[in-house]
Amino acid sequence: MARKPTRSPLMERVRAVLFHRRVVFGIPFLWLLLFFLLPFALVLKISFSSAVMAIPPYQPVFSFVDNTVSVVVNFSNYLFLMSDSLYIAAYWGSVKIAFVSTLVCLLIGYPMAYAMARASARIQLVLLLMVMLPSWTSFLIRVYAWMGILGNQGLLNNLLLWLGIISEPLKMLNTNVAVVLGIAYAYLPFMVLPIYTNLVKLDVRLLEAASDLGCRSLTTFWTITLPLSKAGIIAGSMLVFIPAVGEFVIPELLGGPDTLMIGKVLWEEFFNNRDWPVASSLAIVMLALLLIPIVLFHRLQTREMEKDG
Amino acid sequence: MENGNSTPAKAEVLLSIQGLSKRFDDTLAVDNVSLDIHKGEIFALLGGSGSGKSTLLRMLAGFEAPNAGRVLLDGEDVTAMPPYLRPTNMMFQSYALFPHMTVEQNIAMGLKQDKLPKNEIRNRVEAMLTLVKMESFAKRKPQQLSGGQQQRVALARSLAKQPKLLLLDEPMGALDKKLRTEMQLELVEILEQVGATCLMVTHDQEEAMTMASRIAIMAQGRIAQVGSPVDIYESPNSRMTAEFIGSVNIFEASIREDESDSITLESAALDAPVFIDRGVSTPAESTATLVALRPEKVYLSSEKPAGDTNWSRGTVDNIAYLGDISCYYVKLASGQRVQATMANVERRGERPTWGDTVYVSWEASSPILLWN
Repeated sequence: MARKPTRSPLMERVRAVLFHRRVVFGIPFLWLLLFFLLPFALVLKISFSSAVMAIPPYQPVFSFVDNTVSVVVNFSNYLFLMSDSLYIAAYWGSVKIAFVSTLVCLLIGYPMAYAMARASARIQLVLLLMVMLPSWTSFLIRVYAWMGILGNQGLLNNLLLWLGIISEPLKMLNTNVAVVLGIAYAYLPFMVLPIYTNLVKLDVRLLEAASDLGCRSLTTFWTITLPLSKAGIIAGSMLVFIPAVGEFVIPELLGGPDTLMIGKVLWEEFFNNRDWPVASSLAIVMLALLLIPIVLFHRLQTREMEKDG
Repeated sequence: MENGNSTPAKAEVLLSIQGLSKRFDDTLAVDNVSLDIHKGEIFALLGGSGSGKSTLLRMLAGFEAPNAGRVLLDGEDVTAMPPYLRPTNMMFQSYALFPHMTVEQNIAMGLKQDKLPKNEIRNRVEAMLTLVKMESFAKRKPQQLSGGQQQRVALARSLAKQPKLLLLDEPMGALDKKLRTEMQLELVEILEQVGATCLMVTHDQEEAMTMASRIAIMAQGRIAQVGSPVDIYESPNSRMTAEFIGSVNIFEASIREDESDSITLESAALDAPVFIDRGVSTPAESTATLVALRPEKVYLSSEKPAGDTNWSRGTVDNIAYLGDISCYYVKLASGQRVQATMANVERRGERPTWGDTVYVSWEASSPILLWN
């Protein structure tokens, strides 16, 4: 006698759990699809078009005329980017400034994170708040504040003049140094927080063990603390470097005429030249350039996990 | 293993702890502890959690600074010496192996700090790996090893620098029971092979008795008793130690006759007087005392024992069958329960059962007198 297939209450429960799980995972995916993948697809499409004086100011890639669907893929924008040294210089300039800013962030952020992780639990909370507090005010206002500090008649110059260290104002605003400073300032929390979360988890007994085996504090730091916080350093550096490459506001406000960064060039192509296709292809190339370090980092991480697993 | 033999009288003192105290906020974690550890011995600090044993160990390693007292290692005052200069090494309870280094690199870590030549380091690491039988795991990372293997690596790392004193913090704490018994004997073997002097901290009395030649019982920051495992078990000096190590029956009693070579006591809990066939030095001011009897030294019989001392009548209240032994709980007329263990020598032999009327008795040499 064949058993009648019954739906057991357990199976019902499992089904319900699986359904809920699908919903929970589904929402962020839907979000990414709507607000990330779709705009990206649009930008990608526009980058294969050519500029015209119209609304919208580019030729359609897909057209449907006389019962034929025609797809016109135009690579000329990308070829144009290669041919004009301005763009390559802008990419290179962005990477350079982002790199230096990340380094500055790391040099300031690591000791900060270290001190925070070593502080008592109550002080830790206060310090954590102090790191995050500036981000609660408008980003733009904070960058303007830096203009006030660095300007020829700014706070810093006045202070140095008053102290007699300099006899005439230093040109600090509208230089690459100001841009690096601004980026390092704005993105410091993104460097500090991942390193802090990493260091706070560090087992103090490892440090004691190193000390027990004859390591002085500095040796312990170089051989134990620093290698074990590698993941935090890499995560923090990525969080600073990637947005710094595409940064527009800071170089626009703090940078000078010779500050060449891709964010600014992109802005000009888009709003001043109204050349959407070239602006789009600039954005796509920038994304591709940023993907390289992300993929490398990811590969490194998986390899390490496989090795340890 | 010289387990059970008392240490030779001429033993050379390696570590001398003198009046060491450590205060944390309002609690005195270690209270005026003085202790001598001899060269080549395995010494166990045995105590419950919060007894101060770990704090004492951490002060010896240099991780905590004492509030009072001195530590002399091989005659040298090391009280204020930072851990990285001390000729001691510690094996941590959690092993504290460096997760980003291979087994080899972990063991070499201490040797590198001594700036030894490269091939000397390599030879020493190899010798250590052979000692703990981990040669084939040299290139592994700690997280690729089992708990027992990690312990071997931790041991090798702490022995690599040939420390004058090896500190072990709950050495078997992270192992399961079966592996624990195995490793206890192997660890002792290894330590004897290299001739290390070793101070271990444990809460497990079986571990302390298996491994150590001498034990100090710690409670509330103080040393309650120091002695060989036999001394501590057979001659506890207080109710606390007697109850801490193994099980014990304790009766309130008062002295009736105090001779130079024997003593007779009376206890309201027992039907017959207690006779001890050895002289005991008794404090003059009081006749009240406690009689302690280990359960394995209490016999059970269905007939009244010969003689008019050292027995009492009762009924079997409860039996715990443990395979190798059975544990009987006998309720006396006075209401006090006596624990007696019996080896199950005969397979399915005749044994008293629940509700039986039985006599408990003991040899005149068995009772121990305690004064507090």
